[in-house]
Amino acid sequence: MMSDFAIALPELILSLFAMAALLAAVYTGKDSLTDALTWATAGLMVALALWIGMGQTGTQVAFGGMFVDDAFARFAKVTILVSAAAVLVVSRDFMQRRGLGRFEYPILIALSVVGMMVMVSAGDLMALYMGLELQSLALYVVATLQRDNAKSTEAGLKYFVLGALSSGLLLYGASLVYGFAGTTLFSGILTTVAHDVPVGLLFGLVFMLSGLAFKVSAAPFHMWTPDVYEGAPTPVTAFFATAPKVAAMALIARLVQDAFGGVGAQWGQVLAALSVASMFLGAVAAIGQTDIKRLMAYSSIAHMGFALMGLAAGTETGVQAMLIYMAIYVTMNVGTFAFILSMEKDGRPITDIGSLNQFSKREPLKALAMLVLLFSLAGVPPMLGFFGKFYVLKAAVDADMAWLALSGAVASVIGAFYYLRIVFFMYFGAEVDGAESRMVPVQWFALVAVSAMMLLGIINFFGIEPAAIAAAKSLVG
Amino acid sequence: MVGLEHYLIVAAALFVIGIFGIFLNRKNVIVILMSIELMLLAVNINFVAFSSMSGDLVGQVFTMFVLTVAAAEAAIGLAILVVFFRTRGTIEVEDANVMKG
Repeated sequence: MMSDFAIALPELILSLFAMAALLAAVYTGKDSLTDALTWATAGLMVALALWIGMGQTGTQVAFGGMFVDDAFARFAKVTILVSAAAVLVVSRDFMQRRGLGRFEYPILIALSVVGMMVMVSAGDLMALYMGLELQSLALYVVATLQRDNAKSTEAGLKYFVLGALSSGLLLYGASLVYGFAGTTLFSGILTTVAHDVPVGLLFGLVFMLSGLAFKVSAAPFHMWTPDVYEGAPTPVTAFFATAPKVAAMALIARLVQDAFGGVGAQWGQVLAALSVASMFLGAVAAIGQTDIKRLMAYSSIAHMGFALMGLAAGTETGVQAMLIYMAIYVTMNVGTFAFILSMEKDGRPITDIGSLNQFSKREPLKALAMLVLLFSLAGVPPMLGFFGKFYVLKAAVDADMAWLALSGAVASVIGAFYYLRIVFFMYFGAEVDGAESRMVPVQWFALVAVSAMMLLGIINFFGIEPAAIAAAKSLVG
Repeated sequence: MVGLEHYLIVAAALFVIGIFGIFLNRKNVIVILMSIELMLLAVNINFVAFSSMSGDLVGQVFTMFVLTVAAAEAAIGLAILVVFFRTRGTIEVEDANVMKG
């Protein structure tokens, strides 16, 4: 029993920290502690990431199979923790200056990260559901953080309603899976589908995948994404675009491989359809956008399509490609949002793409860094983003899904247009009274370091490739 | 004799009513919260029916978790609704239109 708790120790530490921080802040300084709490939360997350990344090897199972700690879970957890910490640190200055410096924010982020860590370690439908809900409930609240703002409250309301609907679909699917498999354990479901597959079980699987597609904002379940990204405060948008996406994507991988590994032909088609729809919708619908946060929403829909392509392949290399893709994707988004957070005019934050006209004249270095990031998001060859796309396309081709890879290539060419349009505005746009970019050193560092990583990372991917291989092996092999 | 199918049909009907309540409802957001609750309770019927038919208690344990989460979800939903009302002065679904999605 004690060893069970030892295996889940990182989650326990983070949740105990969140509860202690909540009590401490309420009884003492309230919002004056926000700064200290933000740094403490980010520091603890980085420390846990180092611990998880360096510590254990092999696979441990706790609580009778409900909680799985393997290389796959560790890879996802390190990505989640590091990106959440980066977003907290990068957005600290924005929150303070816009009067959003509430002490609840870092605590809610910490709690949602606990939920995500449980999600990626789930070995049972109950653990899956509880982790997902802990994550979602915290995110509904942070979307509404700017509670005197009409857009933020509307974003929170829409996110809540559609998020609750998706949880309902997921849960209905879980109830069918439980009923027809007779167990909630993933390993038990796997033995059931090895013998024969009742149609009710497939119904349940489809319901669960629809619910999860909502959480990764894959088309046709994406409709909340643009509104929530636009309405939520920019730091919250930056968070939505990073850690929760990794967690939900890892959860889908865990569910289809660990519980439904035997019926790959069934879910492969569903995931491939979601993937194609997301890639094309994300590429086409983003073209007309004028708000950069809305544009990033469609961009993330398209990126989720590519990550799902890796999963649809259903192979070990497919999972590995998905993990590398997600790691590159969150890194790019941290850099891009560090820039979006700094956009302002006369001291007010703006998100209009038109205000970036001739930005390179005003801030050559930042414009250059953004150019690299946007090229990387579009998947232009020398940047890291290209290699992410290349791996998932290759995984799809290897799994005899050449049509999927081909449509991915077409979608990425269409999608390149809107990224390059921003670059065009920054370098050759009309003269306007445009945006300034006011950055604190940490944001500047995040932007420049991430864009440098997009160029330097092509040498050896900073060593994440062996980790991703081990992770995929522990999940599929 | 009331069998498993009867329970499943009732649960499916309630679940579909819940989904339609969310999408067809043009009046106010409270009805949406009620619909969400209806969906979760339909799922609970499923769980308990499966659990008692197969003699396996896990489904009933799951139901307890779902009830707890549903309570937390309702609390957060109402809190969001209150801040929405404060900024807008209305909770009509059609008035949630500052952003066009």
